[in-house]
Amino acid sequence: MWVYEKKLQYPVRVSTCNPMLAKFLIEQYGGADGELSAALRYLNQRYTIPDKVIGLLTDIGTEEFAHLEMIATMVFKLTKDATPEQMKAAGLGAHYANHDNALYYENAGGVPWTATYIQAKGDPIADLYEDIAAEEKARATYQWIINMSDDTDLNDSLRFLREREIIHSQRFREAVEILKDEQGKKRIF
Amino acid sequence: MFTPTKAYYPYISPFDPCPPIKVKTYSTPPNLYMGFQPPNLPQFSPMEALRAGTLWKPFYDPYFSPYEKVKEGRS
Repeated sequence: MWVYEKKLQYPVRVSTCNPMLAKFLIEQYGGADGELSAALRYLNQRYTIPDKVIGLLTDIGTEEFAHLEMIATMVFKLTKDATPEQMKAAGLGAHYANHDNALYYENAGGVPWTATYIQAKGDPIADLYEDIAAEEKARATYQWIINMSDDTDLNDSLRFLREREIIHSQRFREAVEILKDEQGKKRIF
Repeated sequence: MFTPTKAYYPYISPFDPCPPIKVKTYSTPPNLYMGFQPPNLPQFSPMEALRAGTLWKPFYDPYFSPYEKVKEGRS
């Protein structure tokens, strides 16, 4: 069960009307290494992972939904008042034809989200290594979006999200350390 | 000295069609070096931590675009 708090994890402020940026940001919404993929990947893998790290996957998977909500807010703010002409000029003409100004789970190229972006191999090490890779890829995606964006307010929120990817990667790495820890090893406290 | 950004110098051919990018940089955030987090790392204050995205100072690694370093400043 989840408890919903009706506020964003970190404030999202958008200072310029720039639908083009929304087209790039949608990569983190419905892309292979986006927040939706991350949330669904972790919350699904947690059923077949050793007890010690289930809670970690639950926590991080839940936080990814909070990130998804932030990205949605950014994309919405950047496009909500965009005219069809502006959408066309931003390369979102095809999106407008199909969705008006609605959000959709697709990547920056307009490819709809697919479950093939995520894996559940059932092998704890394989799954956690996938999760670490996903966090590093999401971190890189945030960097490339920051490089293309000149919206300082938006970049501030993106920097926060990138920092969280670093922390998540760290925690997944620690989960691997817990799982590979030798069982029955003599412990000295 | 530790830096979370590394650089390399790609080969530049005399026949490259575009003006060359002489230095390429990439990010190597602190989580790559930490292993299991050691106890008693320095912390941000709660309010600072909410802004930074982490409670732990050694994990804080803000990223700024190399293309507009001058305009950005830590707010």
